[in-house]
Formats: sequence, C-alpha cells, structure tokens
Amino acid sequence: MLRLLSFFFNLFEPIFKLAQRWLGVSRLGWVFVGPNLLVFGLFTFLPIIINVFYAFTGGVELMPLKRPYTGGENFEILLYCSNYLDVTTCNKDVFWRAIFNTGKFALLQVGLMVVLSLMTALVLNRNIIGRGFWRGVFFYPVLLSPVVVALIWKWLLQSNGAFNAGLISLGYNPVEWLTTSDWSFFWVVFVSIWAHMGFYTLILLAGLQAIPKDLYEAANMDRASAFTTLRRITLPLLMPNLIVVLVLAAIRAVQVFDEVFVLTGGGPGSATTFIVQFIYQTGFAEQIHLYGLAAAASLALATFLVILTLAQLRLSRANELGSKKA
Amino acid sequence: MSVANFLLRTRGRHRLHWTDVVTYVYLVLGLVVMFAPVSWLVMSSFKSESAISQFPPTFLPYSQQTVTVPGFDKPLPLFEVLNTEDQSAPPVVMAQARRIGIMAAMVDPKQPEVQVKVNVDDRVPVNELDFAWSNYIDLFDKFTFSTYLFNSVFITVVATLITLLLNSMAAFALSKYRFKGQRAVFLLIIATLMVPPTIILVPVFLVINEVGLLNNLWGVILPAVATPTGVFLLRQYMLTIPDELIEAARMDHASEWRIYWRVVLPLSAPALAVLAIFSVMWRWNDFLLPLIVLSTNDVFTLQLALNSFQGELNTQWHYLLAMTVITLIPVTFVFAFLQRYITTGIASAGVK
Amino acid sequence: MIFPGLKPIVLAAGLAFLAGFSHAGEIRVMCYQDGVECDVAAAQAKRFEAKNPGTKVVVDTVPYKSIIEQLPVQLAAGEGPDIARVTNLGGLAQYYLDISSHLKNRTYMDENFGATAPWLAPSPGDKGVYGFMSQLTMTGPFVNKTLFEQAKVALPNAKATWDDWVAASNMVAKATKTKAAIAWDRSGHRFAGPAVSYGAKIFDASGNPMIDEGYKRTVEKFVAWHADGTMLREVWAGSGGSTYASSVDEFINGNVVMILAGSWQINNLQNKVGDNFDWVAVPNPCGTVACSGIPGGAAWVALKTSKSPKEAAAFLEFIASEDNYKEFTAKTNNIPAHAGLASKGVDYSSAKPQAKAALGVFSNGVASLAPAAYQFQGYKYNRAIMLPTVSRVTQAIVGEMSTADAVAKISSDMLDAVKQAQK
Repeated sequence: MLRLLSFFFNLFEPIFKLAQRWLGVSRLGWVFVGPNLLVFGLFTFLPIIINVFYAFTGGVELMPLKRPYTGGENFEILLYCSNYLDVTTCNKDVFWRAIFNTGKFALLQVGLMVVLSLMTALVLNRNIIGRGFWRGVFFYPVLLSPVVVALIWKWLLQSNGAFNAGLISLGYNPVEWLTTSDWSFFWVVFVSIWAHMGFYTLILLAGLQAIPKDLYEAANMDRASAFTTLRRITLPLLMPNLIVVLVLAAIRAVQVFDEVFVLTGGGPGSATTFIVQFIYQTGFAEQIHLYGLAAAASLALATFLVILTLAQLRLSRANELGSKKA
Repeated sequence: MSVANFLLRTRGRHRLHWTDVVTYVYLVLGLVVMFAPVSWLVMSSFKSESAISQFPPTFLPYSQQTVTVPGFDKPLPLFEVLNTEDQSAPPVVMAQARRIGIMAAMVDPKQPEVQVKVNVDDRVPVNELDFAWSNYIDLFDKFTFSTYLFNSVFITVVATLITLLLNSMAAFALSKYRFKGQRAVFLLIIATLMVPPTIILVPVFLVINEVGLLNNLWGVILPAVATPTGVFLLRQYMLTIPDELIEAARMDHASEWRIYWRVVLPLSAPALAVLAIFSVMWRWNDFLLPLIVLSTNDVFTLQLALNSFQGELNTQWHYLLAMTVITLIPVTFVFAFLQRYITTGIASAGVK
Repeated sequence: MIFPGLKPIVLAAGLAFLAGFSHAGEIRVMCYQDGVECDVAAAQAKRFEAKNPGTKVVVDTVPYKSIIEQLPVQLAAGEGPDIARVTNLGGLAQYYLDISSHLKNRTYMDENFGATAPWLAPSPGDKGVYGFMSQLTMTGPFVNKTLFEQAKVALPNAKATWDDWVAASNMVAKATKTKAAIAWDRSGHRFAGPAVSYGAKIFDASGNPMIDEGYKRTVEKFVAWHADGTMLREVWAGSGGSTYASSVDEFINGNVVMILAGSWQINNLQNKVGDNFDWVAVPNPCGTVACSGIPGGAAWVALKTSKSPKEAAAFLEFIASEDNYKEFTAKTNNIPAHAGLASKGVDYSSAKPQAKAALGVFSNGVASLAPAAYQFQGYKYNRAIMLPTVSRVTQAIVGEMSTADAVAKISSDMLDAVKQAQK
C-alpha cells in the first residue's frame, strides 16, 4: 500500500517541480487548486450558465443550440395564474401546488425536526451511561440511503403492512396510509424527520457540550429551575448552532426529493409533489421533455435558496455582533 | 463504587430524579422508533415468498410446513382444519391439494385418495420457523446483482480516493498560500454549496453527455469529486497546522509537492479520515445523478437497481427486501466501527 | 517503475472506460419485456451470431421505465443503442434509421409488415423501412371467472356495456369479499379504449387532437366509479406522477374481479396465476358508439445512433424472418403483426388452454376496433394526450380538482405539449 502511495508521489513530483520553477512558489497555489476548480467549472458553473440558457429557450430539443429563443415565455407559462388564490386556474398548477407543498413541508419538517433535535440533544447532554451508543442510535438513519429509507417505511405502511396489521389487531379499520392525501403528507414529513434528525442532534449536542459547566453550577447554586436555566443560559449560548441547524435544515427541506419520490412518487395526485420532483418530471419523466420549463422552475428555486443562504449569513452575523455586545 | 450505585448514578445523587426517568424513557423510545423499522425490514427479508404475503404478518419468519403425500408430485402445504360441525372437536391436520377461490380441496396425508372440500376460512396454516436464505442467494443468480454491487463499490472507492486528493490539494492551496484571487476562489467554492445538484440536472446531463461519459461509471464519479464541504472541512483543519513546519521544510529545499505530500497530508489525517467516511456515505447513497446518467443494466448501482425493482417487482417483496438489506449492510459496518469519527467530524463542521 | 499493485487498478479503470463503448461489429439491442420477449430475442441473437461470425449482438434487458424515460433523452443527446424495442412509436420516429438500403428482401418486409409501417414513419407518406412491430397488441379486459362462479353471477355477453360489467362485477366482489370490482391499468393508452367507445373522436376534422364530450363523459364515469368503490383505488390513486402502473398484479393476487389491460399480459397471467383461479379474456365492453380497444404493440426499430447500421439491419431482417418471428410469437404468446402468419395462424405450443382462448378473443376483437382507435395509435404526439389524462384524472379521483377542471386541464396540457413539440 505504501509502495503504491510512493509510486503516485513520484509520479507527480516532477510535474509540480517544473510548475514550481515556472510559476514560483506563491502562484503554485493555482496548480494545487486547479483540478478541483476544473471539475467545479465543468460540472457546476457551466451547467448553471447553460441552465439560464435553457430557461430562455423553448422547444423540446436537448441540444441548446437547436432550441429556438423564446424570451420570457417559459416564465410566463410557469408563473401565470388567472386567479392567484385558486391553484386550479394556473397554467402550470402542478408547479404552484409543488411550491405550496414545499413551503408547507419545509415549515413543518424544519420546525418539528429542530424541536426534536434540540430535545434529543438536551437529553443526550445529560449524565447518561453509554452516551456514545445512544448518540449512535439517533444517528443511524442518517447513514441510510434515501431509497432504503423509503423502502423501509413503504414496507411498513402499505395497505397490508405491519401498521395496518397492528390497527386491525386493536380493532380499528386499516388506513390507506400512502394513498390518502393527508396521511401521505404526514408520513412524508415523519419519514424525513426520522431520517435526518440525528445529524442536527449531533450539531446541537456539540454546541451544548461547548457551554462551560461552571455556568450551570452557578445557576444551580442560585436555585434556578430547569426551565430558567434552559431559557437564560442554554438557549442563548446555543443560538449560533440553532441558526446553523435551522438554515441547513431549511435548505435541505426545500430540496426534498429522494425519499418522497420512492415512497409516494409525488402522489396521490400531487399531494406530495415537491418542487424538485416537478423539475425532474418536467425535464425527464414526461415524454415530451419541456427542458425550458424545467430550467425556469429551477431558476426560481435557485433564487429562493440564495435568499435563504444570504439570510443565514445575515442572521449569524447579527448574532455574533449581538453576543459581542453582551 | 458498587454495581448498583454505578447503574443508578443519577442527578439526584442517590434517588432517581424524575428528569432521569424521563431521560431514559425518551432514550428507549428513541431506540424503538429508530431501530424497530430497520429490524422489521431485516426480519421480513428472511420470509419466503408465501410468508411475505400473509396477513397479518408475524415478526419472525415463519413459513408453512409441507408434507409429501403419495400420489402428488409436489409437497403439499399443511393446514389445521377446524371442524365446523363439532366445535369442541380438535382441528385435523390436512394437506391442501388444490385451491380455487374460496374453496380448497384438502386431503388427509394418511388417506390421500379422499379429498374433502373445505372453505378457506375454516382452516389455519401450520407454520414453522424458517429463514428463507434463498431470498439472498437467488439475488446473485436471478438478477445481475454482483454487477450492481461491483458498480457501487467501484464508484464509491474511486470517487473517495479522487475526492481526497483533489480536495486536499485545493484546501492546501487555500490555507497555506497567498495568491491573487485566492479569496474569490474560496468564495466561489463555498457559493456552490448554495447550488444544489437538483437545480442543474438537465445541463449537467448535457455536459456529461458531451464529454462522452453517459452510461459510464466515470460519469457519476467525476462530477461528484469536487465537494465544497470537503474543501471547507480540510481547509479549516489545515489552518491549524503551524506555518513554521512548512517554512522549515522550504528551507530544507523541499519542493512544494513534497511539502504537501510528506508534511501536510499526514498531519491532516484525522480530517482526511472524516472526509473519507463522508465521501463513502455520499457516493454509496447517491441517487439522483446516477438516475439520470446511468440507464443500462450493466452500469446500474445498487440504489438504482433497488429503485427500478421496486417498480417492477411489486409482488416480489421478498427479493426487494433482501436487496434492501444488502444495500444497507456496508453503511452499517462503517457506522458501527467508525461512529466516533463521523460524529466528531460533523460536530466540528457544525460548530465552525 | 512497474509496481505490482498498479496492474489491477489500471485494468479496472480500463474496464470502466470500456463499459460505455461499443465496438464496430457489435450491436446493442435495448429491450424491455412483459413476459419473455427479450429472453427469446437473446436466444435468437445467439443463433444470428453463429451464422454471422464477427458480429456480436448484446441484448440489454431494461425496465420499461428506462425505455420510456431514459432512452428518449439519450437519443436526444446523440447517444443510444443500435436497436431498441419501443412503444412510443411516433414520438421517437425522428431517431429511426432507414434500413431499406441494407435489406436483402425489401418486398418481404413490405408485404408482411406494411399495414403497420405507417406507425413507424417519421412523416406521413414516408416509405422507408425503420423496423417492424414485434407484436400486435390490443387493449382489453381480463375477468376472474372463478369469482363469478363462486358468486353465482353470469358473465355478461359480448354486447354488454361498461355499465353492465360494472354492475355484475360489483355483485361478484361483494359476494366473494374481493377488495374491488374493476381496475384499469393506470395508462392513457388503456383509457382511450373506453373513451372511443363512449364517442370520443380524439381528433378534429383537420387531424388535430381535441378533448370532446365523449372523452369528458368517460372521465366523469371513471371518477364516479372510483367514488362508489367499483374501481380499485390503489391503481390510479396509488402511484405518483404520470408513471404507468399495472393492474395485473392486483388481479393475480385476487384483489380485483376484472381488469382492463391488454393482450401482452397473456403470458404473464399464464405463468403467475397458474392454477389459482380460472381467468378469461372478454371482448371490450361497449360504450355508446363502439366496443373498442386500442391497437398497439412494441416495435423493433433501428436507430440513427447506430454505429453498425449494416449489421443492425441484418439482425432485424433475421428476427423478422417467418420462422424466427413465428418462434417469437409462439414463445411469447403474442398476436403476430406479420400478415402472413396472421392468416396462416400460429401454433401456440407453450400456451395452456386459457391462454389460447384469450389469444382467440383478442384476435377476434381486432375487427371491432373503431377508426379513431387506429388514428390514436398512429398519432405522433399521442403521448401528449395520454400523459395529461393520467395525471389529471388522478387528481380528480383524489379530489384535488373537479372533473370539469380536470378535463379542461387535460386539454390545455395536451395543446401546450403539442405546441412545444412542434417548435
């Protein structure tokens, strides 16, 4: 193994030595960062530019140059509604439904998940036996792939699955969990929380453990109740982590796709269709591929995400300044 | 400290404080909620095809006992038939010769010539514990499972190696060098964190196609190796490596590459380990990009195969479940042995 | 500087690179199967290879979804196999390769596959040879005869309407405690049969697609049948998006008394149902103007992305030859699209009596196909009608929108898609 590594080392050294002689030490930085930048450029920046191009052209051709220029037509089709309060009057009503669904999902999922993660982190922060084990318990689902997660729950929730069996044994009627609009939405939120909660729990736990113990001891000596301690000491000091968690979770929630796609496929109807699935469906799954429309929708999504991230930077900077003042 | 004391170590010093009870209840509840679905999956994957379609399902895999009856070429399933006329009589064990709709033709194994028509509601299958290993074994000959496994492993290993190399090089440049435009490059790389891959699906597909890597494992490897998270993580860590070490090496006339390779990389080993684990996790679980890039059977990964089979094999859950379990085994191993690294890695990344 | 550890790595990398390339003289066939179509083709490919040393034929069996979703995108990107088995005949026509110049016996192809050749033509009146139909299919219902017998309900006769079948199946379902009476495949193609029977003309006088009263009536009836529990909800309301979902699995599991599927499922039913119950194919129930199904089938087509057009043409000619086609038809229990074989008849040696009877019912049903049905199948952009039908009707079924709105949306989606496709 070591021989192999030495082989690679010897392979590249002459190239770099040459580059070093040409460019000098400081500019060698470009050579080191080069390959990474190349991959970024080819597979991230270039596609972004092409995407903008797609959004402003029409037709069903994949090749950008074969597409006729249509100006803002795609955005018009996408965003037009004769009555903005009634989704059915919209041209692309599924797009709007997807946006509402995504918004509802993000609020519910992020809200619930952050609360649960906080609770779990607080519990894990206590003096418990085998913390590593318990920490692992909550983190395990994070490692599972979205397909696996979705299949695990699909197996439980299908009409003759374990959940319905349990219901029947308790004397209730079985419920069509995944083919009823409200329940399928609930389960999508639940499964998403189940699969990702552990990740944020860890971040919050790390934040909690960074809080100096003497603060708690001081509070204890002042006979502060658990809730006061939480409100006055823990939460304010945890705020930076909470913000990070909130924004990361929100960014992820807005892009939800994998688990939902396998679990419900966006159904029933469009009850669990979210914005990324709309993009995927419009650009790939429908047999008359409307690439322009998909690109326009993805630009809308990108704009929103940029706003979210900038909001995070703002919030965390404000928080830093705030804590510095105090 | 005695064992009892150790076990009951609490906040309230010798009594169980109510917060401790709540704590442990919460933890146990968490254990159930997190692990029960997975264990249900694993248990179900051992059920034979017929056992899977039984409703209500049992936790342990049972399948029906069968018996060879003279006069029939295949072994017949055994049932306990309730005596509808005489409620107090014990059920008789009979074998099913044929079943059409709601009526079954049953025979007593000791008297195979006599066939009795029994309503399916009046009988209960005789079950025994049976782990259907064939679900797993069949996977390898029925479906080109070894191909999917190889593809997933290849992508994961190669992508991780390249990721480690490229990201560490970039992190090195961004932490230990001062060159014009460095700030811009760093911001650019971080900015891509804001652009999720889902947004540039179609153009990425186009680019991969133009480069000729469609339906090729490299078409999934290359776009994924320049992870901004990786660069960021490594850069943060490399910033903590004292510059004096590097200066000293420079004064010894070591080339920059040598410094990178022999000094910086070994010192970054913990961060590299964390990135390696992340990369393995990400590549093994990759779904969306492979979905659009790989479409022929010989380049499918495990996740793609799983997804396409869940549409195709709607009535073959026994294979689907076994496949699912196999897909989650590697990740489980990584988790079991390297949990500490993963959790500290995430914690430090989050705390930044 | 050759290290022992290096070889396997280079080899693996090389293999991976080669994974995506086909060599000259090698033909890749992208195939999907409902039963054993690709397996039979693969066996025939081996015989072809033996006869033509130097040519390799690789038959790739992929899920139907890949043919529907990924193949078109690949072709649009300029990549793809040499031959594919496709169902979106008109939609992919722009990628077909005209092999007439490579054919040894063009007259044979014209005589035997001429009737369905227009379905593969990129533009009307085009006389090129682009491939041929691997089968002729027709949509139509299958019924669980055993359940009817157990419920002591008589099977409706050949002239029965959908309402008659709905009533009869509901009685059977109630008596035998079956989950639901009827299920239609979640497919716009299947939906079109009853639509045409209820008077939908699908096309206006100039040949442009339109959603008329007949179509609307069918949507309304279909949604109502879901509301009253006749239809098995999971099939249309279960899966998401616009993906096709088959009702056959539910039928095989005994959850539904009658399904609207098609003749390509005969082999599947024979293998999976076995002795569990008696099933029969019945003629398409009537609507107000017709008792029609929709013809169709999958075709073997040569693609422009082929790097070995000559070999591809040779292989296609090989499997189109009367003996090989006969073998294919018999082993897959399909209706032949080959005019010669259709008149001579095919001996379905592997078909059990139930399958044989079913094949007979479907073959006879060809005569009842309405003209609109043929027009529908041959229309280049019929996907623009089928896919919105599936997603919008589903939305109406689950209550997301009213039936009237759903029909209006089918129409607008369809017109949008056709407009974009014609740009």
